[in-house]
Amino acid sequence: MTDLTELGVKAIRDGVAAGEFTAREVADAFNGAVAGAQALNAFIVATPDKAVEAAERVDADRAAGRDLGPMAGVPIGMKDLFATDGVQTTAASHILEGFVPRYESTVSQNLWNAGAGMLGKLNLDQFAMGSSNETSHFGNVINPWRRQDGGNTDLAPGGSSGGSSAAVAARIAAAATGTDTGGSIRQPAAFTGICGIKPTYGRCSRWGVVAFASSLDQAGPMARDVGDCAIMLGAMAGFDPKDSTSLDLPVPEWEAGLSDDLRGKKVGIPREYRMDGTDPEILESWERGKQWLRDAGAEIVDISLPHTKYALPAYYIIAPAEASSNLARYDGVRYGLRDLPVDAAGKSAGLQDMYAATRAEGFGDEVKRRILIGTYVLSAGFYDAYYNQAQKIRTLIARDFERAWTECDVILAPTTPTASFPLGDKADDPLAMYLNDVFAVPASLAGLPAMSVPAMLNRDGLPLGLQLVGKPFDEQGVLNAGLAIERRAGFDARPERWW
Amino acid sequence: MSVDQTTVAKIASLARIKMSDEELARMAPELSQILDWVEQLGEVDTSQVEPMTAVIPNTLRLRADEIDPDPLTGGNRRDDVLANAPAAEHGFFGVPKVIE
Repeated sequence: MTDLTELGVKAIRDGVAAGEFTAREVADAFNGAVAGAQALNAFIVATPDKAVEAAERVDADRAAGRDLGPMAGVPIGMKDLFATDGVQTTAASHILEGFVPRYESTVSQNLWNAGAGMLGKLNLDQFAMGSSNETSHFGNVINPWRRQDGGNTDLAPGGSSGGSSAAVAARIAAAATGTDTGGSIRQPAAFTGICGIKPTYGRCSRWGVVAFASSLDQAGPMARDVGDCAIMLGAMAGFDPKDSTSLDLPVPEWEAGLSDDLRGKKVGIPREYRMDGTDPEILESWERGKQWLRDAGAEIVDISLPHTKYALPAYYIIAPAEASSNLARYDGVRYGLRDLPVDAAGKSAGLQDMYAATRAEGFGDEVKRRILIGTYVLSAGFYDAYYNQAQKIRTLIARDFERAWTECDVILAPTTPTASFPLGDKADDPLAMYLNDVFAVPASLAGLPAMSVPAMLNRDGLPLGLQLVGKPFDEQGVLNAGLAIERRAGFDARPERWW
Repeated sequence: MSVDQTTVAKIASLARIKMSDEELARMAPELSQILDWVEQLGEVDTSQVEPMTAVIPNTLRLRADEIDPDPLTGGNRRDDVLANAPAAEHGFFGVPKVIE
């Protein structure tokens, strides 16, 4: 029998349903792979018992002839931003270390209802703030890929869903959940040669997801191919009355609707994404992408998104502003860490000092930086100049896309401006780090579905991703264009196992 | 606009984050650099533009006026709510003395 960890979502689900192997065998194989990959630091907590428990339920259902769900028997990793009942949930922070939710996030519950099992909680950038997985309290995640230069420099798996991307790329999880606020699914997918889709804002419930920037946060699947993403997104999505921003719309049959026939479709190429100094190999991957989509029957058209250059600075006002408000709940009173300073005379500090000490101790540097920026741009006298101006720019960016949809059906762009870089390379330069998401952020600000699919390897042997952005609610168009690229790119490279 | 160490100290106190002088000294140029960079948004004439309030048009739903319609979020979950508290007694959160 082939190694079961070689199989993705669809292959496992169909194999379990057909009786080729049991869900229990699959869970055991992946539990073993997780245990053998600690060098990647992809998991904060492994939950092999949970994976086995879910698998045994699926095997029992199959034996009893009951219907199996769309993810039946598929062991997945859960980003540690999703609250999981009875399992520590930290958002990779010290302030939530030891926090054990008494409830389950809607997205994770939907996945368990669909038959998936949990291998563990995946590492991420602290509170999903970061693009390299260097801000986690639990240490850096290491990209399973290495440059083919004879060295063994540790590379960034991307962020914030870096544990997710590393686990899927290293074949220690069949798939994983991610969340995307400004590119946190797409950028790590591109850095590790896997697929990931952020659906339309509101498709997946945010209930039980540790909040970063509420108007942007959106969960999505990260998997080995486009088809697996379609299956898993279908299992994650759906209306949730507990989230007031949840879309009250039926979930389309994305898996059944997959087709790489793009005849009659127009693919827009935004000229503003061709920035000065873009890596020539990134441009080459973009050119190949155009050709693949033409081969699939699409017509390529040039479009303009004139406010593109303002998306990133607007994002770095809006996201920290919302974060500073969301993270105000971490005060040492209701859950998480409490630091109650005691003075020389042995007298305990007051409430205000407890807040300040708890937050100083519990948050990492990047989180503090963003809380401070957010506090500043929302403070009296600066609100209009910064926050309101950024929200107006956001309107203009959304309008750019609305205009583009009169000329094309889907947009093709690079996912990232570079391939993965060595850990530590940008750690001291917040702005250089923020630029990683320059191509991903505009779609986030406009709430649009967007996906990254692997396109090719660069000269160092590292994967590069292509991004597809679609109209609101048109995840199908995005998945189909992604499938057209996947089938033509023939990307089958894998990281060489060193861990 | 660049921010100096005093301004950062003021923001940190508004944000309820205790910061040492050394941390403030390190954070001030970083925040200045980021704020200088976002200044470019001022180039855009937005006098005729409404700020975005919802990225996907959606009307706010009100929940039904019922007690405990959802067993999970509807209330009567005191033990669950207090389960992760750093200090809880008699069904309340414990905090340091606020009034002398």
